[in-house]
Amino acid sequence: MSKERKIRVVIAKPGLDSHDRGAKIVARALRDAGMEVIYTGLRQTPEQIVETALQEDVDVVGLSILSGAHTTLFPKIMELLKKKKLTDILVFAGGIIPEEDVPALKKIGIKEVFGPGTPTSTLVEFVRKNAPKKR
Amino acid sequence: MFDQRKLADIKNQMRRWEKTTVPNWVNRHSERKKEFSTVSGIPVKRLYTPEDVKDLDYMDHLGFPGEYPFTRGLHATMYRGRLWTMRQFSGFGTAEQTNKRFKYLLKEGETGLSIAFDYPTITGYDSDHSVSRGEVGQCGVAVSSLQDMETLFDGIPLDKVTTSMTINGPAAMLLAMYVAIGDKQGVPREKLGGTTQNDMLKEFFAQKLAIFPPTPSVRLVTDIIEYCAKHLPQWNPVSISGYHIREAGSNALQELAFTLADGIAYVESTLERGLKVDDFAHRLSFFFASHNDFFEEIAKFRAARHLWAKIMKERFKAKKPRSMWMRMHVQTSGCTLTAQQPVNNVIRVAFQALAAVLGGTQSLHTNSLDEGLATPCEDAVRIALRTQQIIAHEGGVVETVDPLAGSYYLEYLTKEMEERAMKYIDRMDSLGGVIPAIEKGFFQREIADAAYKYQKEIERRERTIVGVNDYTVDEDWVPVELLRVHPEVEEAQTARLQKLRRTRDNKKVKALLDKLHDEADGDTNLMPTIIEAVKSYATLGEITDVLRTVFGEYRELIIV
Amino acid sequence: MPSSTQIKELVQGVLRGDKRSIARTISIIENNQPEAQKLMATFYPKTGKAQVIGITGPPGAGKSTLIEKLVKELRNRGKTVGVVAVDPTSPFTGGAFLGDRVRMQDLSTDPGVYIRSMATRNNPGGLAKATKDASRVLDASGKDVVIIETVGAGQSEVEVVKVAHTVIVTLAPGLGDDIQAIKAGQMEIGDIFVVNKADRENANKAVSDIEAMLELTTEKTGWKPPVVKTSAFTGEGIAQLLELIDQHRTYLKTGVLDERRKERVENELIEALKEKIAESILNDFKDRGEWKRLTQKILKRKTDPYTAADELLAKPPKPKTKKKT
Repeated sequence: MSKERKIRVVIAKPGLDSHDRGAKIVARALRDAGMEVIYTGLRQTPEQIVETALQEDVDVVGLSILSGAHTTLFPKIMELLKKKKLTDILVFAGGIIPEEDVPALKKIGIKEVFGPGTPTSTLVEFVRKNAPKKR
Repeated sequence: MFDQRKLADIKNQMRRWEKTTVPNWVNRHSERKKEFSTVSGIPVKRLYTPEDVKDLDYMDHLGFPGEYPFTRGLHATMYRGRLWTMRQFSGFGTAEQTNKRFKYLLKEGETGLSIAFDYPTITGYDSDHSVSRGEVGQCGVAVSSLQDMETLFDGIPLDKVTTSMTINGPAAMLLAMYVAIGDKQGVPREKLGGTTQNDMLKEFFAQKLAIFPPTPSVRLVTDIIEYCAKHLPQWNPVSISGYHIREAGSNALQELAFTLADGIAYVESTLERGLKVDDFAHRLSFFFASHNDFFEEIAKFRAARHLWAKIMKERFKAKKPRSMWMRMHVQTSGCTLTAQQPVNNVIRVAFQALAAVLGGTQSLHTNSLDEGLATPCEDAVRIALRTQQIIAHEGGVVETVDPLAGSYYLEYLTKEMEERAMKYIDRMDSLGGVIPAIEKGFFQREIADAAYKYQKEIERRERTIVGVNDYTVDEDWVPVELLRVHPEVEEAQTARLQKLRRTRDNKKVKALLDKLHDEADGDTNLMPTIIEAVKSYATLGEITDVLRTVFGEYRELIIV
Repeated sequence: MPSSTQIKELVQGVLRGDKRSIARTISIIENNQPEAQKLMATFYPKTGKAQVIGITGPPGAGKSTLIEKLVKELRNRGKTVGVVAVDPTSPFTGGAFLGDRVRMQDLSTDPGVYIRSMATRNNPGGLAKATKDASRVLDASGKDVVIIETVGAGQSEVEVVKVAHTVIVTLAPGLGDDIQAIKAGQMEIGDIFVVNKADRENANKAVSDIEAMLELTTEKTGWKPPVVKTSAFTGEGIAQLLELIDQHRTYLKTGVLDERRKERVENELIEALKEKIAESILNDFKDRGEWKRLTQKILKRKTDPYTAADELLAKPPKPKTKKKT
């Protein structure tokens, strides 16, 4: 029997930012699109996020942040992912991230940064298209 | 309220109108939607007539402003006597930077201060804690000790301003700091005016900034209510909030109902403490959002006032009229701001602010056009303030009290909201009250479902958001230079804290923290010791840590 | 697809306890990739050292928070722990929220704990083969204890007995029906019953209700399932629960374990055979021309699936193992 491979995703809220409305909507939309989703809840440290990604062997990590702390936390997360040899995971981000910060984030390996108002269908398509094929 | 015969005639005429006149128009242009409704899902008809409000008893439902049931306003003259307080929520970077912003806003005409604290402060961590890395000063001002607070209020006399502090978990500590500054300035404590948000219940399902579990959190809230009732008579110990519930994704009805339920819970907890309702109820204040649906929002504010007055009178047997007042602060809705074509936000805010004024608010914050992208810059926040000033001085809407009363639509909507909100409150009562409902995940599920539904409506184009899913542009334009808080803020704070810890009387600090520990373990009101502790320059993090040890830390019940 | 060197590295990694290797191996098994069988063949001889505990019970009983407390206590006693947490796949969307892990946040960065969340993926028959194999991988990786947290409804509740040494049925007072909440079959499979959220009222009543039911329903064997109150919030009962688990382990060592194991092993062999027989026969049938013809006939409603099956079976199947690519 052929089974379509399930895409496993972690949606994480790094740092102290407590706005979870968007992250929850994204998690739900991905679940409704047939993916297996771990929504981490608030106050995740980079270590916790990466450890979850590692043990759960996820294909995708989505980071949601609206507090401005992405300049410190995202590089830390990407560095840890590299250290644990998890560089083939698709990483994307959303929230309130100034346009001018995006190039630097892409450089460290965040594939795309989605701003407020992005339809969930865009995200689903993006994940389906860019999730690593075979791991 | 109406003559029965005339009413019957109107009813007949309406039927005729629907059969003969309306089809002419519908045949030419079918109506844009199959069903029209408010954001909360209350169906909206084509037309409202006296028929829709025929059961409305003027004295029962509306009455006169300044008298029970206060639907038309808390004060007899409302804005003819005194305008609402223009109170802009502000804060970023260091205390110095925010002190400057405060002075700027006061100069530009705001009439009350409102402090936005950064994430480490609101979650009870000092600026140099490891979890604070990258967060210091970003979304608000960093305050780790009385020293920072002193800088924040440098040159601002506390007997001349009132200050609202959006602080919940560490509310006691920030209030203590404010009291300490008042003491230093020589302002009698009875004269200190302002508000601490201090609404822990909504933290568990909406703003999500709870530090301690529900029971000790409510204990702290009640400590503050009790302390203020006895020692700070001009201070509003709580701002029972619907704003965050709305921002988390609820609709207007849920916002209204859940806020009232929280209010009921606080009254109950304070009564359990042994206070009499008329000793403290007059200082309970409220905080709502003003969202997009213009008339629904106005109806919500009026319904809120009416319902609270009824609840205080009938459920809690309050005797003094002031105990029945629902004094409210309103903020225009942050989640309606768009990152796309940000100038459009000025228009959104203007309408939302107008709704709040027509709804009779006591205090108002208007969002800035750039808040979909960043913490507001000076130019943007000035426009936000001007919005209020234009409504006040040029709009003509403040010349009479509750000008929209009598509108068939509005009165119908107000009554609908009241009835539906009461049904929600009954439901929460049947769940055992707010805390059991929180533990069962009731609010969280309602909010998550409402948020998802709203988002789906936008994606299916059933709901248009201008500039986002329609009327989009390829090249966008931000008319202001966005604010950025630089990492030097964190370094400066860290240095300052380290110096403070070296130069203060550490023996005294330790003794007070130990005292706090013992009192927190018992049931002493914690305010006096917390005031002493902040005066000795114990830091916010240190005090919070003591309470964490005794109360434990809250673990989020995750419902997606 | 991993090369044989990569597979060798994975195996060695797992045996070393390397988390990445464990993670990748479990994925290969979960996705039923071609090398899955080979991998399990390598690990099987290395299993049997870990103590396997199954935790079942209705949703809302607080299984995850109980497990967190249990694991913390086990860690204090120097044990390493693996947890397999199962959540239901939505039959409509095929997706799942894997929400157990996030209720055990305190364990997330403990190097001696490995947590893996798995969705049922609508496997008929409840507890997926993948879940059993995942717990074997954790066993082979050297974990002293492996805990399987089941979904909390349906077949998997009973299935877990086939995998775990000790089955704990968890309930919480005020969930609605208390005793009625215990699905048919659970009373028989529980080795230990836990009334969680003991700080709530009705906890004592729940305990006595369960004890009464146990008197009525369980066969008299050498083990009388105890009922214990716990509170993941206060920590009450956790040490006691571990003590009971140890006692049960001692009881099993009297030979009961070996007997149970023999039964299980036979059942698993049957399951494995069934799967392979069905697969190999189907492969043959599908390759026949009649397959297409018959499915078209069924679509046109000229025949039905059962009659069509009889037609196919009229010519005996030649079992065909498809080449694994």
